[in-house]
Parts: sequence; C-alpha cells; structure tokens
Amino acid sequence: MATQTLDRPLATSVNRGPKRAAEWARRAPLLPALVFTIIITQLPFVATLIISFLRWNALDPSNQGFAGLGNYIAVATDDALRSSVVSTVILTVAVVVVSLLLGLGLALLLDQRFRGRGFVRTMLIAPFLVVPVAAALLWKHVLYNPEYGLLNGALTWIWGLFGGTAPPQPDWISTMPKIAVEAALVWQWTPFMMLILLAGLQSRPFDAIEAARMDGATPWQIFRYLTLPHLRQYLELGGLLGSIYIVQNFDAVFTITSGGLGTANLPYTIYQTFFQAHDYGQASAAGVIVVIASIVIATFALRVVSSLLRNEVKS
Amino acid sequence: MTRKAWRPWGLFAWLAGILFALPVLWMVLTSFHSESDAATNPPSLLAPLTLSGYEEFFGAGSGASPWPPLINSASASIGSTVIVLLLAIPAAYALSIKPVRKWSDVLFFFLSTKMLPVVAGTLPIYLFAQFSGLLDNISFLTILYTSMNLPIAVWLMRSFLAEVPVEMLEAAQLDGAGLVTTLRRVVAPVAMPGIAATSLICFIFSWNELLFARVLTGVVAGTAPVFLTSFVTSQGLFLAKVCAAATVISLPVLAAGFAAQDKLVQGLSLGAVK
Repeated sequence: MATQTLDRPLATSVNRGPKRAAEWARRAPLLPALVFTIIITQLPFVATLIISFLRWNALDPSNQGFAGLGNYIAVATDDALRSSVVSTVILTVAVVVVSLLLGLGLALLLDQRFRGRGFVRTMLIAPFLVVPVAAALLWKHVLYNPEYGLLNGALTWIWGLFGGTAPPQPDWISTMPKIAVEAALVWQWTPFMMLILLAGLQSRPFDAIEAARMDGATPWQIFRYLTLPHLRQYLELGGLLGSIYIVQNFDAVFTITSGGLGTANLPYTIYQTFFQAHDYGQASAAGVIVVIASIVIATFALRVVSSLLRNEVKS
Repeated sequence: MTRKAWRPWGLFAWLAGILFALPVLWMVLTSFHSESDAATNPPSLLAPLTLSGYEEFFGAGSGASPWPPLINSASASIGSTVIVLLLAIPAAYALSIKPVRKWSDVLFFFLSTKMLPVVAGTLPIYLFAQFSGLLDNISFLTILYTSMNLPIAVWLMRSFLAEVPVEMLEAAQLDGAGLVTTLRRVVAPVAMPGIAATSLICFIFSWNELLFARVLTGVVAGTAPVFLTSFVTSQGLFLAKVCAAATVISLPVLAAGFAAQDKLVQGLSLGAVK
C-alpha cells in the first residue's frame, strides 16, 4: 500500500531545482501541525528538564536556587519513588503479558466460524469502551466491595447452590491491592490486544495454510509454524502500544487504591509530588527519569512500527 | 474439518464474551435498580427496575449537577477533534500525496511525541496556565487535547491518503483538473473513511482523559471524568447512582465504538493495522 508514497519522493527529487518557493509551498500544509506539536509537546519537557536542576518547593519559597544533581540524588534515594518504579514495572509487565495472552486466546476463538460471532465480538469489545475512570469505579465499588460487591455476591450464590453456609468473603482490594488494579486493567486491555491480533490472524496468507493442511499438517503445527510467526509483529505491536499506554496509567491507580497499599506507580507518585507535596524540583527530576526510560521503550516501539510499515510495502 | 468439530469453540467464545461483558451489563442493570436492591448479597438479579439512580445522578436530590461537566467534556472533545482534523489533514497531505523531503522522519517525530509520558510535562503546563490565567479554562484543555491527539491523527490520515492511487492523480492533472477538483474528486473519497476513523479515536481519547483535566480544571471547566472522581471515596454507598453515572458518561464512547468497530482497530494501531 505504501509503495507509491515511498516512490514519490524519489520521483520528485529529480526535478528539485533551486526553486525554494516551491519547496516552501510543499511544506506549508505541514507547518501548522508541526509547529503546534513542537510548542505544546516539546517545550514542557525542556522546562521540566530545567526545573529538575532547581531547588524549588512551592511551600518553601524562601529556599530556592540551583540544586545541581541534588534532586536526582534525592529521587534515587527516596524509598517511595523507588518502590513506585518497581510497581510501575510490575503493573506494566503483568497487564501487558496477561492481556496479550488472553487477547491471543480470544482472537483465535473469534477466528473460528460460529453462530453469533459478530455479537460475541461486540460483547468482547465492551470493556474497552467504558470510560477508564468509570471502569475503575465499577471494579472498586460494584465488583470488589466486600459486603455487596458482585464478586462476593457470586461466591455467596455459588456456596448457596451447594448448601454451604459460610462462603468466603475476601476484602479484595486490601488483601490483594496489586492484583485488584491489574485485574481491572487486564479486563480493559484484553479487547485492545484481541482486536489487533484478530486483524493479524485475518491477514494470514490463506493459500499457505490451505497447502499445509493438504500436506497433512496438524492444527498445532499450522499454529506453531505458520500462524505464530505471522502474528509475531502483531504481538509486538500490541505489546509495545499496550506498554506505552499502561506505563502512563493514572486513572486506575488513582481511582481503585488512590495509590495506597503499595500500588502507587510513577505517574501517580509524580502527580502527588507535584500537586500535594509541591516539590517541583524533585518531581521534575523523577519526570526526566521517566522520560529517559520511555525513550528506551519508544526506540524499540518505533523499530517495530517501521518494520510493519516496510512489510506493508513488500506485500 | 467438519462443522461439528467447531462447535465447542463457538461455545467457549460465547462464554468468554459473556464473562467480559458481564461487568458492563451488571453496571447497566444496577443503574436501573433502587439503592436497596443494588446493595444486596447475594445480588438481586430480578429486582424491579426504576429510574431513581438516574434521577439522583441528574441532581433531583442533592449534589452538583452533572450537566456542566458533560457539556465541558463534549465541547473539549468535539472542539479538539475539529481542530485536530484541520491541522492533521493538510499535514498528512504533505507527508503522502505531495511529500516533503524526509517525510518519514517527520512522521516518526510525530509518533515519538506520543511515547513521552504526559505526566512529566504536566508541571510546566500547570505553571504556565497559572501564570497566564488559563487554569480552569475549557479552551486551554481543548488545546491540550488537540496536541495529545494530533500525532495519532497525522499517522492515521497519512496511512489513508497514501492509498490514493498516483495514476489517478496524474490522470486528473493531465485532464487539466485544478487542485480543488483533484482534492474533491480523487482524494476525498479515499480520505473520508480515514477522517471517520480519526474523528472516532480523537473523540474517545479526549472524552476519556483524566490527568490533564484533573490537574488543570476545577469547578468551572471540570470534565465528566473529573466529575466521576467525586465518587472515588463514597465507598459504594450509592451503588445505583454510581452505576448510573458510569453508564451515562460511558454512553457516548460505547455508542461510537460499537457503531464503528472496524475503525477502532485502525485507529488504535495508528493505521498500522488495516
């Protein structure tokens, strides 16, 4: 599909010439968007970088100045921040891996032919279309509530079926806070993974699979040697896009546990340092560290996306 | 393979679908129950339906009215989506149909801005808003949502415009068609589905956004997700009201997403998956 676009710059560079006006005419439609994006998305990071070297606490205005690497040292030795780094990694990896696996399973199921497939697909997408704050509230109050939440209600009901009188009624959020947040996020992100993987499954080369089947390959062999290699790119794409969004998750942590019980991740901790502790310098240093970590992840992500672009060109 | 062998997969798929949709269905059902029926253990599935949760939510009793936040959300989401399209379509044109030099570098620059954590840029934005009197101002939030969605829109629109066949552009030129005619007759038919997918995604992301809204708005410009956070600490005392609120505020996204499921995939993968 992108073949033509890749060819076009070559074709045009032949008659490039010294016509600067023509070049600017070509650039003109791009400039508003580019300038807007640079100003609003890049300048704040430059400001964050500068503030990260300052001693600046809004609650202590008399004590301001250049801090050198002081904020970075404070960040590196701050237990709360260090534990939020660990929480962020655990939360992101757990949610991405589990929702990718569930998404793969569901995509394989949806790839089969059965009655009501369109309707099942619609049901499976539903979690992703609930506003994230609403979804987090739903899990917190309606599902996890220890007294009359749906989970404990279901336990009572199931126990009742078998004549049990004392069903377990765990307080989900306080006994397993991390799993509680992760489960809510997995529920929301599995449909996202499923949609991307389903698109991958449906773009499989049908003839190769048919040929393999003719040659007597088992369904497992077809999955292992044809489907999975084809899906690799889509798994990577889903994993990386998911990581980018979930590393930044704020809504679920804020709503379900308010960052308590060891669930505070970096976005939440930075938010708190900014807007409750008002330590602008230290929060900015933490922000810079998160940006650097994101750039590392982003480099891999961009490589995957560009390989996907190139493959589109080849096919 | 015979049809019979596929049957169990269909059953599993149905079970999985019901399981995933269950919390949403339960949310909607609970929103139509009375508060006393909503808070029972075991759950009362067949309790009589009532609109009292919705009446409570829309402010029949006490508390703030949800209308200002809903209107704020609508204006920030729709406003930013329109500005995004106005900026993204010409940019995508300059990255695909009449590409600038190094167009792919520019494209990847746009994408890379999406990978930086928003939270790290929030403080300078907050300080700027405070300094220039733009705190609690829905127009300022609209501009931020525009910057949040513009890179996605540029990627999506480019992937659609790249499908305009070169031959048709050349043929139009040979026939002496001007720029406007070419855009209308050749580019627009291909671009329309792209504009739809882009609008859908931009609208959903703006409608859902919490962090900027929470930091930058207050009583005047608060959005629907900010309004929802007022239920965080109520410890589920008013389950039917909470469910009614969650349902009403999710409704625009649910409706738009269900109506355009195929556009959703393209949008979420930034046009990489068609």
